[in-house]
Amino acid sequence: MSKEPVAVVGIGQTRHVAARKDVSIAGLVREAALRALEDAQLTWADIDAVVIGKAPDFFEGVMMPELYLADALGAVGKPMLRVHTAGSVGGSTALVAANLIAARVHGTVLTLAFEKQSESNAMWGLSLPVPFQQPLLAGAGGFFAPHVRAYIRRTGAPDTIGSLVAYKDRRNALKNPYAHLHEHDLTLEKVQASPMLWDPVRYSETCPSSDGACAMVLTGRAGADRAPHPPAWVHGGAMRSEPTLFAGKDAVSPRAGRDCAADVYRQAGITDPRREIDVVEMYVPFSWYEPMWLENLGFAEEGGGWKLTESGVTELDGDLPVNPSGGVLSTNPIGASGMLRFAEAALQVRGQAGEHQVAGARRALGHAYGGGSQFFAMWLVGAEPPAT
Amino acid sequence: MREVAIVAFGQSDHVPDSAAVSEVEMLMPVLNDVLGQAALKAGEIDFVCSGSSDYLAGRAFSFTMALDGVGAWPPVSESHVEMDGAWALYEAWVKLLTGEADTALVYSYGKSSPGDLREVLTRQLDPYYMAPLWPDSVALAALQAQALFDAGAADERALAGVAARSRTDAAANPHAQLRGEHPMGEHVVAPLRRGDCPPIGDGAAAVILAAGDTARGLCDRPAWIRGIDHRIEAHALGVRDLTDSPSTRLAAERAGAFERPVDTAELHAPFTSQEIVLRRALRLGDEVTINPSGGALAANPMMAAGLIRLGEAAARIQRGESRRALAHATSGPCLQQNLVAVLEGE
Repeated sequence: MSKEPVAVVGIGQTRHVAARKDVSIAGLVREAALRALEDAQLTWADIDAVVIGKAPDFFEGVMMPELYLADALGAVGKPMLRVHTAGSVGGSTALVAANLIAARVHGTVLTLAFEKQSESNAMWGLSLPVPFQQPLLAGAGGFFAPHVRAYIRRTGAPDTIGSLVAYKDRRNALKNPYAHLHEHDLTLEKVQASPMLWDPVRYSETCPSSDGACAMVLTGRAGADRAPHPPAWVHGGAMRSEPTLFAGKDAVSPRAGRDCAADVYRQAGITDPRREIDVVEMYVPFSWYEPMWLENLGFAEEGGGWKLTESGVTELDGDLPVNPSGGVLSTNPIGASGMLRFAEAALQVRGQAGEHQVAGARRALGHAYGGGSQFFAMWLVGAEPPAT
Repeated sequence: MREVAIVAFGQSDHVPDSAAVSEVEMLMPVLNDVLGQAALKAGEIDFVCSGSSDYLAGRAFSFTMALDGVGAWPPVSESHVEMDGAWALYEAWVKLLTGEADTALVYSYGKSSPGDLREVLTRQLDPYYMAPLWPDSVALAALQAQALFDAGAADERALAGVAARSRTDAAANPHAQLRGEHPMGEHVVAPLRRGDCPPIGDGAAAVILAAGDTARGLCDRPAWIRGIDHRIEAHALGVRDLTDSPSTRLAAERAGAFERPVDTAELHAPFTSQEIVLRRALRLGDEVTINPSGGALAANPMMAAGLIRLGEAAARIQRGESRRALAHATSGPCLQQNLVAVLEGE
């Protein structure tokens, strides 16, 4: 028995800001969920199950908050699953929801991911106490900066590449009304002159800390037939994980990321991702991760990712636009960031990305990663239903 | 729909304080146990899914340590739920249904000993209206027990009967934390006495799932999952009838539990009063063997106790002691969220 094709028929996200003091946690998730339902022209009664994801519970100080959010998300009397796979969680959550449709367990599923980081301090929430970690690894930037330095040493990339990515993503964000950062006055010189946080990652090359949520309504073929707007179809989806630290780990281009992409491309029948994929929403919390992931995901040969960035290929009007939404560098409610990548990929192939729409986007990749570059979740969505 | 079975189950000894071992060290023997039962290596498993809680571990991303222990190299297809392992099993079951995997390793673990569990669980409540009052888990269960008394559905004697039966049965369970007769003791929060409450402790459990003929090849008597479903109720206790568990009943209906009688039920009822609520919701008569393992009243490792109910039910089917068993898991205050599975032999 073949799997049921999975369609994205509703997408909603909140306005992302540093602190959404106007809403509770329940209000925040409900805002995204209602927008997704409205987009799909469905009501709570049409939803069979809710799959919710977020990063560590310490970020809000609520243990297993899905229990409290059951009412706000219309889940009472329904199945509710809570996924947590570190930074990749927004992507993993969407994939768990998609499997419920693919396996024909449910007909229509609401999936949602959120983080309300203003409730605490995410950087210190991620700084583990001794003896789990050395005391100098303040926040995620402290963990990833050495991997970036390794990439630069390995590839000989010019030290300005990171600033090009940041400047591009922050300018793309100006076209995305939901993005957290709208820095109208930003110049490349300002990015390059911003304070150094974790060498070589500067302040303007670092993701913000955001409050926000993202929701999608997933359904099967029958649901897609009834949908008011063109759906995005899931052509492939996969998760891969590897240990945090071990002798022989390639922290610059982790094998789990390569394997995950290869699995997705196999499912989607992609043999030349650079040519066959029109737009990529990848998880770039620190600017240098764009060239690193371009190589890891097979869009460039090893050592060649920075050349794509430098030559403008990843610009909004380039040959392979990366993060037209402004990406994680412009909006980072951690638990939701992966789902935002998945949802923005879907918006592109639905032709609904507004000012940051890539003309003629037919196939888009959504990518998320988490932990110590060890958890990966990806999906490839298309404007056409998958061949069955 | 694809047939999926539990082919192996293992659990740690559940102890009040496992300070001498880390979570990974607690988990590793259990993983090795189930892999050994199925004669599989970790790398031969198609999908891995686990359940645990950062709040119990006291650190973010605590599950990454356990994954290191699994030996996720080469990289594995893997996921994690911040829920009891019973829901990790559910996610794995769905994965097997899609046909993307034929085998899955499911595990979960929890250490309550490093903190004050009753206080920690208050952080699970509505952060605006309930958590600031710090109502602890025993106090909330006591409200439920009192509601049951007020409705004439139970009394202290009935509760004591549940406690005595559970711990007597647990005498035959080498993993249980409380085994044999145990005094009911003083009220902890009236009307619940010490004997009505679960032991607080640390433990881990693991299960291997397999589909169709793969399951038959891995195990002489696979415990087939004939149905599995889970449902959640409102969070605010004031809008719920605490003497009933409609989410359990609905999950049981969807799992097909009422299509034919079960002979055994493993119910995840941490408090004696909750077993009575669940039996009423599931319409389980005296002819059904309830919690032959001793249940959560004998060992209640957070995040694992629900998965253990599924494992215990499967193990009974594998031993030929049950033909059709119901397994139940719960999460949240006063049985807010419930999962029901129906397991059968060939």
